[in-house]
Amino acid sequence: MFGLSPADWAAVLLSLRVATVATAFALPCGIAVAWLLARKDFWGRVALDGLVHLPLVLPPVVTGYLLLISFGRAGPIGAFLDRYFGIVFSFRWTGAALSCGVMGFPLMVRPIRLALESIDRRIEDAAATLGAGRFLVFLTVTLPLALPGVIGGAVMCFARALGEFGATITFVSNIPGETQTLSAAIYTLMQIPGGDAAAARLVVVAVVLALAALIASEWFARRAGLRFQGE
Amino acid sequence: MLAVDVEKRLGAFTLAVRFQAAGGVTALFGPSGAGKTTVVNIIAGLLTPDRGSIALDGQALFDAAAGVNVPPHRRRVGYVFQEGRLFPHLSVRQNLDYGRRMSGHPRDEREFARVAALLDIGHLLNRRPRKLSAGERQRIAIGRALLMQPRLLLLDEPLAALDAARKREILPYLVRLRDEARVPMVYVSHSAAELRRIGENIVRLEAGRVAACGGIELLDETETDALG
Repeated sequence: MFGLSPADWAAVLLSLRVATVATAFALPCGIAVAWLLARKDFWGRVALDGLVHLPLVLPPVVTGYLLLISFGRAGPIGAFLDRYFGIVFSFRWTGAALSCGVMGFPLMVRPIRLALESIDRRIEDAAATLGAGRFLVFLTVTLPLALPGVIGGAVMCFARALGEFGATITFVSNIPGETQTLSAAIYTLMQIPGGDAAAARLVVVAVVLALAALIASEWFARRAGLRFQGE
Repeated sequence: MLAVDVEKRLGAFTLAVRFQAAGGVTALFGPSGAGKTTVVNIIAGLLTPDRGSIALDGQALFDAAAGVNVPPHRRRVGYVFQEGRLFPHLSVRQNLDYGRRMSGHPRDEREFARVAALLDIGHLLNRRPRKLSAGERQRIAIGRALLMQPRLLLLDEPLAALDAARKREILPYLVRLRDEARVPMVYVSHSAAELRRIGENIVRLEAGRVAACGGIELLDETETDALG
C-alpha cells in the first residue's frame, strides 16, 4: 500500500506505537511535574526544573548514553526493574518508548505548566467553599481549565517522540521490527545503495504524520478553548 | 450563631476582630482596607488566622488553642464573591449544581426550582458564564452558594462590581433572599445606602478593629452615600 514494503510499514507502525505509549506514560508524570513547578515551592525545585529540561539541551546521543547506563540491563535502574518487575528496556521497543518519552517530556511540561500558571486561583477557592476537597478541585476545575495546555503538551511530546532518532538509536540500537522506528528506517535506507526511493516514501509518511498531529492539536485546542467562550 | 474572635497579621496590617452574629443579616461595614474581606475569607477558611477561634452553631471551625482548623470544603459556608467567580468551563446549570455534586447530596429538583425562581434565573440554565450580563452572573453566584445548602452565607460586596442600574436590579433579590431563605448571612459592604436596605445587625470595622456593633442606626453616623 502506498508503495511501502512490509518492512517500511513495520517501521511506521512501530513509530506510532512507540510515540503513543511514550505520550500516554509521560502525560500523568508531565501533569504532576508541571503542577509541582507551577504551584509548589520546595527544596530542589530548581534541580527538578533543570533535570526536566536537560534532554532539550543535551545532545540526544548523550541522553541515549545516560539512559543506557541507567536503564540498560546492567544499569542500576534497569537491573532493578528487570529483577523485580520483569521490565526490560534495552534493545526492546519499550526502550524506544522510554527514550522518546524522555526526549518529549520537556516539550510536554512547558505548555501544561504555563496553562496551570495562568489559571485564576480564586476560582479554585470558590470551588473549595462549595465543598470540593483539594483533589476534586484539581479534577473538576484546575485540569479542565488547563486542558488546552495539556493537549498542546501531549501533541508536542507525541510529535517529538515520532521523530526521535539520536537518543533512541543510542539506547536501543536499530533492530528492524523491534526498535527500528521511522527515523531509523529512513537513516538505514539512506545508507544502502539504491535505497533513496524507499527513503523518500518514508519521508513523505513522516511529513504527513507530523502535519496530521499538528492539525489534530489545533482542532482539539480550539474545541477546548471554545468551551470557555460560551459554545 | 456565629462567633468570631480572631487575629491575623498581614504585612503591616493587623486584624483583630471579635463579634457575634445571630440569625438574619449581619453587615460588616467600613471603609476599604478595614479588613472586611479578610474577615470573611477567614470565616470561609480561605485564610488561616494566627490566633483565636471561630464557631458556627456550637461547632468549632477554627480554634488555634485546640489545633482545630476545618478545611474550607468541610465548613458548609456559602460564599458569594465580589466578582462572581463562576466556573467558565461549566454551564449555568452545572455551576449551580456544583456544590451539590461535590458534597454528594441527591438531586433535589424542588429546591433547585425554588432557588431558580427566587433569583429569576430559570431561563439562563443552558448558557455559559461568558454569555451572561454582570447582573445575571452575580445572581448565578448567589444561587450556586445557596444550592450547596450552607449553614451560613457570606456575601463579599456582591454589588460592588455592578453599575447603578445593575445594583438596583440585584438588591431586591438579596432582600428576598434575606426574607425567604432563612440562612444567616454575613454581608460585606462599604455602602451605607445598600446596608440600609439589607442590613439588620451592623458590625463597623475600622483599620482591622471592630469600632462599633449595633443596629442600622450605626449607619447614620457615617456620611450618606447614594446607592450607586
